[in-house]
This record gives sequence, structure tokens and C-alpha cells, in this order.
Amino acid sequence: MSWQLEASRVRAIVWKDLTAERRTKANFNAVVFFAALTLLLFGFATGPNPERQREIAGGILWLTILFSGVLAFNRSYEQELEGGALDVLLLYPGERRSIFLGKLVANLGFIALVELILVPTAALLYQLPFGNAPLALISVLALGSFGFVTLGTFYAAMASRVRAREVLLPLLLFPMLVPLLVGAVEATSALLGPGGDVMGNSGSWIRLLIVFDLIFLVATVLVFDYVIED
Amino acid sequence: MPNGVMDDAGPPPRWLAPFGWFTLLFIIGSQVFAIMTSPPEQNMGHLQKILYVHVPAAWVAGLAFLLVFIYSLLFLWKREPRHDLVAAAAAEVGTILTALTIALGSIWARPTWGVWWTWDPRLTTTALVLMIFAGYLALRAFTEDDDQRGRWSAAVGILGFVCVPIVYMSVKWWRTIHQPQSTMESVDSPYAIGLLLNSLAFTALLVYLVASRYRIARLDRGIQAREEEAALTGGRVHV
Repeated sequence: MSWQLEASRVRAIVWKDLTAERRTKANFNAVVFFAALTLLLFGFATGPNPERQREIAGGILWLTILFSGVLAFNRSYEQELEGGALDVLLLYPGERRSIFLGKLVANLGFIALVELILVPTAALLYQLPFGNAPLALISVLALGSFGFVTLGTFYAAMASRVRAREVLLPLLLFPMLVPLLVGAVEATSALLGPGGDVMGNSGSWIRLLIVFDLIFLVATVLVFDYVIED
Repeated sequence: MPNGVMDDAGPPPRWLAPFGWFTLLFIIGSQVFAIMTSPPEQNMGHLQKILYVHVPAAWVAGLAFLLVFIYSLLFLWKREPRHDLVAAAAAEVGTILTALTIALGSIWARPTWGVWWTWDPRLTTTALVLMIFAGYLALRAFTEDDDQRGRWSAAVGILGFVCVPIVYMSVKWWRTIHQPQSTMESVDSPYAIGLLLNSLAFTALLVYLVASRYRIARLDRGIQAREEEAALTGGRVHV
């Protein structure tokens, strides 16, 4: 069964990437502290009125996720370039897309762990009522992160291999993420509003996130073969 | 021809120079026609004339990005360098025309709407298209290998083109929730012919610019090949 083989290849990549990250932790710790710092900086830039801060907290949370997450993606390929590991990885038999899917899942795990610390921190700093609709908020976080990581993993496959990678990745990635940012911020703000999402606004934004995620998952998987081949 | 470089790209196509003159005269003629025949608009007055560049530039920029999309797909399918070079030429022309569209739109918006900028779906989508293709051109500039540059920028061009309608729709929903969307009145007939003529003239401009830029890129590749050959054989470069 070829899909089982592919699934095991994806698992192997995920395991390899997460093990490398777990053993060094260098990247994770730095990204978490950067995320916390970004939350503080947004607080200083928008404060100190807690009412106003709570109104824009959805936007602050998502921009913090984007700014700190983008630091992780290049790293996921840079470790492959050291010692020519990517060339060896490409020599293994099987579909190229399993490399992409493996890295996607590994990056998703990484971002999820960052959010596990980032979101409670934001809730504390900005006094956000996350208890209102925890399941809906978690699904918005998951859907938003999935689309973000899909495109981030895809563009980093190119950006990590050129000069000026630090500026090129956000330049390529962020314009594409505007529908996701708008949808995620609107849904999050609706759910965090006073008394929860009384207007039921979050549903249509969640649908937008699902459509966005599906379209770009298919598009990136289809095109990735051409990006990595060399 | 004494140097061999021109041979690599072949002589310039015979139609290119006359077509360039035709395009120039076409644009001048259409602008003069449109400006002379259109009465001052009820609300905008002579400010309306800016639309004869703004609208054609926007239309042709969209057409240029459609070319990028088509030639990117062709390149990934056939792997012929010329498809990559046409896509890149169209992206450059499209980016410049998009910047022109935004600049003129802003100049028009200030007296008409009272602001230089508003978060209207068309406006924001145009700005994001500019950013997406600025990224496309930056990626090309930073990539060394020709084939890699072709594949990568084709991927960015295809995904960028797919993203445009999603951006437009999402901004539209975003705006309708927060405030009603601004609507554009349909264009009346005294202005329609001028707009149509200028759109055609700008389409000719697109063809001319893309063809010329493509030719320069071909010559550039020819020079590169000569230089590599000279470096390998220790001979002198004949440029």
C-alpha cells in the first residue's frame, strides 16, 4: 500500500525534525521569548487603556503568531542545508511531497507548542476571556495556524536557500496570508467579545479559514515537487 | 553581424520596431481623442481625465499577471526557458503598471473621496498584488541558478495569482461587516469610447513592453553563455 509507505515517510520526517528540535531547544526557547516580547511591545504601543487593548487583542495575538512563527520556518530547512542533508533526503525513494508534508506537520507541532505558551500569556496580559468559547477559539487557532504553516513551510523551501532569506520569506509569505489574517482576527475578536460571539459572526470567518487552508494545501502539495527538485 | 551574441537570440523580430511606433501613436491618439471628446464630469470635472490612464493601466496590469500565471504553468509543464522569460517580463511590466494604477488612484481619490487611501477591496487587493509580485521579482533577483529561478518564481507566480480572488473576497466581507462598500457608478457613454480606445492602446503597450523585455532577457542569457564559455576556454569574450 503506497499511501502507508508515504505515511511512514512523513512520520519519519516529523520524528527527525522534532527530535532535532527537542535535543537542541535553541530555536524553540528563542521563538517563545520573542513571542512574549512581541506581546509586551504591542502592549506598550497600544496601552495602557485595558478596554482599548482588549478590543484589538485579536489582532495583536495573530500578528504575534505570524511574526514569531515566521522565524521558525527557515530554520526547518537550514538544518537540512548544513552538511548537504537535503541532498541525501532527496535521494531517498518515494514522493517528494512526503518531505513537504513531514516538515509541515513538524512545523505545525512547533507552532502549536509556541501557541500553548503564547495564548495563555496573551490572555493574562490583556485580560482576555478565553473561557467564553474555548473549543471555538481552539479551532480558530488550529485552522489559522494550519494555513499559516502550510504556506510558511512552502515558501521557506525557497527562501531558506537564497541570500537575504530573513527578509525574503516574510515578503513572499505575508501578502498571501491577508485573507487568513482577516478571517482569524475577525473570528477571534468575535469570540473574545463581551458576552461571547452573540452575533454569530465567527462561523462565516471559520468557513473562510477552512476554504483558505484547503485551497493552499492542495496548491502547495501540487507545486512542491517543482520547488524542491535539484 | 560581427558579434555572435545577437545570433543567440536571433535578430529582433521584424514587427517589433514598427509595432512600437504604432503603439506610441495609438496611445497619443487615444489620449487626445478621449480628452477632447469627454465633457467635464458632473462631480469630478476634468479630474475624470485621469481615468484614461488609471483604468487602462489597471486592466493591462491584470492582463500581465494572467500572462505570468499562464507562462508559469507552461514553464513547469514544458521546461522551456523562454516561457520563464516571458513570465518574468510580464511580471515586471505588471508590477510597474500596478504601482502606476495605485499612484493615479490615490491622486484621484484625494479630491473625490477626500482621502488618499481607503480600505476598499479593490484598492487593498491591488496593493497586495503589488506586494506579491514585488516578492516574485525579489526572489528572482536573489536566485542564482536559471532553472531553479524559473521553477521557484513559477510557483510563486501561480500561488500569487490563485490568492488574488481570495484576498478580494475576504476584504469585501471584512468591509461589509464594518461599513458599507463604496460603489462605483457605471461609466456613461461619452466616456466609454475613450476608455475602450485607451484600454486597447495600453494592451498594445503591454505587448510591446513584454516583447522588448523578453528580447533583452534573451540577449542577457546569450551574454552569460558567452562569458561562461570564455571562462572555461580561457578565450576572450566577444560582446
